[in-house]
Amino acid sequence: MELLSGADMLIRSLQDEGIEYIYGYPGGAALHIYDALFRQDKVKHILVRHEQAAVHMADGYARATGKPGTVLVTSGPGATNTITGIATAFMDSIPMVVLCGQVASTLIGEDAFQETDMMGVSRPVVKHNLSVRHPEEIPEIIRKAYYIAATGRPGPVVVDIPKDMTTPNERYEYLYPKKVKLRSYNPAIRGHAGQIKKAVDMMLAAKRPIIYAGGGVILGKASDLLTELVRMLGYPITNTLMGIGCYPASDKQHLGWLGMHGTYEANMAMHHSDLILCVGARFDDRVTNATEKFCPGARIIHIDIDPASISKTVDADVPIVGPVDAVLKEMLSLVRESKEKPDSDAIASWWKQIDEWRAFHGMRYETSPDVIKPQEVIEMLCRLTNGEAFVASDVGQHQMFAAQYYKFDKPNRWINSGGLGTMGFGLPAAMGVKLTHPDDEVLCITGEGSIQMNIQELSTCKQYNLPVKIINLNNQALGMVKQWQDMNYESRHAESYMESLPDFIKLAESYGHRGVRIEKKEDLETKLKEVLAMKDDLVFVDIYVDRFEHVYPMQVARGAMKDMWLSKTERV
Amino acid sequence: MRRIISVLLENEPGALSRVVGLFSQRNYNIETLTVAPTEDESLSRLTVTTSGSDKVIEQITKQLNKLIEVVKLVDLTEGAHIERELMLVKLKATGSQRAEIKRTVDIFRGQIVDVTSSVYTVQLAGDSDKLDGFIQAVGTSGVLEVVRSGVSGIARGEKVLSL
Repeated sequence: MELLSGADMLIRSLQDEGIEYIYGYPGGAALHIYDALFRQDKVKHILVRHEQAAVHMADGYARATGKPGTVLVTSGPGATNTITGIATAFMDSIPMVVLCGQVASTLIGEDAFQETDMMGVSRPVVKHNLSVRHPEEIPEIIRKAYYIAATGRPGPVVVDIPKDMTTPNERYEYLYPKKVKLRSYNPAIRGHAGQIKKAVDMMLAAKRPIIYAGGGVILGKASDLLTELVRMLGYPITNTLMGIGCYPASDKQHLGWLGMHGTYEANMAMHHSDLILCVGARFDDRVTNATEKFCPGARIIHIDIDPASISKTVDADVPIVGPVDAVLKEMLSLVRESKEKPDSDAIASWWKQIDEWRAFHGMRYETSPDVIKPQEVIEMLCRLTNGEAFVASDVGQHQMFAAQYYKFDKPNRWINSGGLGTMGFGLPAAMGVKLTHPDDEVLCITGEGSIQMNIQELSTCKQYNLPVKIINLNNQALGMVKQWQDMNYESRHAESYMESLPDFIKLAESYGHRGVRIEKKEDLETKLKEVLAMKDDLVFVDIYVDRFEHVYPMQVARGAMKDMWLSKTERV
Repeated sequence: MRRIISVLLENEPGALSRVVGLFSQRNYNIETLTVAPTEDESLSRLTVTTSGSDKVIEQITKQLNKLIEVVKLVDLTEGAHIERELMLVKLKATGSQRAEIKRTVDIFRGQIVDVTSSVYTVQLAGDSDKLDGFIQAVGTSGVLEVVRSGVSGIARGEKVLSL
């Protein structure tokens, strides 16, 4: 058997785990590990400019590939800088392992230089965290960390590694465990057959059914199965912001996404349904609006790998705990074999009603002869990239416009911080995608507020040649904050106006990239085409858009799903 | 409603802080908490009494089960069970009070475990209501110090919480 130091064991474990990339930033407590990294070339390290960005990069990679991302940072500030990124991944159930250096075990508790209790600090925002107490444990801990991160309901796992666990001249036998067994962790591998049967009977008897799908479908790699089931049944489907792409947006059975800024038809259909089949979603407050007014006539079937997500906010009539792919597969075969068929008359009249809602056309905006509307930028980008780009978004109005007007037909292409709503997520996430998808178009849709939260990563993009296209929808204000102030605070714009914006073009150029400014509507298409033709360059596209635009539809606060503003003046 | 949840937990550093952290993080209420290793040294048994609607209790048990280090748990209040709490009380005991307190301790089947010329230290075990009852019976004015262990519980009959 081989004898390796703790640091070498750690890197070997990553190799044996099949890790291609790690994103990180060195520092004192992690130096033994960085030295081990230097002496090999299988695991590639990407040096970011701020640890938060390393986590978002790993996150973008994980969302686009479905594989866990990996981060390496030092103790103290290195570790605490990852927290926002970890919380982002936690809220959206993204698999990830964050390796943190720690001061030597002999110094823990003495307020040593760069000491932070990372186990304590990260605890509320991780799926689990593990601390190394003996170098020999390292292979097993790494195996466990990836196993926990990627199975069941995925999530981030932190590994805290005191410096004396990685001392170079102390060597131990290395053996990477093939399997890991945890007596206290056994995620469900299939759903309860009786419950699935009951659910299918209800689905086939429904008069006004709707499928409500979430990010769990994408995480569970079940988009094809879901699409097959929905087409077989002929029922309408809506999805959450996190579920975008789990069912083709261009398909006629797709009603768009639902919730606070969802489509009129999706929210109306949810409210008036008699049966909701929820697949891998969690009845989040941005979906349900006031839970006591939520879908009064609907019975609810809820499929989720996490039992705690079921009946947390809205009670389920038929809970099914299990992986979405296994459950959907069983549902498909039951529907196929069943003598009962969907009630075609009822479903036809349900579609007639839905088509009337569609014809009402809630998703609309007024164009202007000279001002560029943010929505039209997104629509144009969707057209120019054939709806096939990976779109990493920041957080705010631009995020909602991107989700509303870019039509995703495939999963894993819409990359956004849905649960935590982390500004600064977009650029590093786009970088994580671009690194592993060099031939695909990767857009970062952002605003002048969000982009400045991780703008230092333009430097990382230069170092690793990551030609993402940054689409800055510049309205010279924190648009979503301003919208709420317009609607709820009589337009008192407290701190939502951004003075002293940098010249983003010069800024991009100073990092060695290209910059294009678009101010005139007539230039929009030509310039966007030029930008997309610059395949090898990162281009920062600063687009001056309407400063007064709001995102609609918008659910009326504390109302039901059906209560929406459709424009500044129309309320339904 | 008041509930007693018994948890078998990996006996590892940090495991307890996850349980306690979960309660404060999700705004659940802890009334009492006891924890000690079991006959199997790799496991601790933790008993927590809490209160909340059925929906909240359901979430508490689900969220506890989600913690990687929680091996098994049971809501003891769902079935017949025995609960016990240990209390040590220091009481002012002078003159005629001494006999009176002794009688009350006997009625409650407690024991006087330490004596000075002016103080009795009383040990009492029982369910929480019984301990409250004793304090009420002796009167709070004579109570110098109270220490209660928090509730431990076990199901009646054949039912056991084990691996």
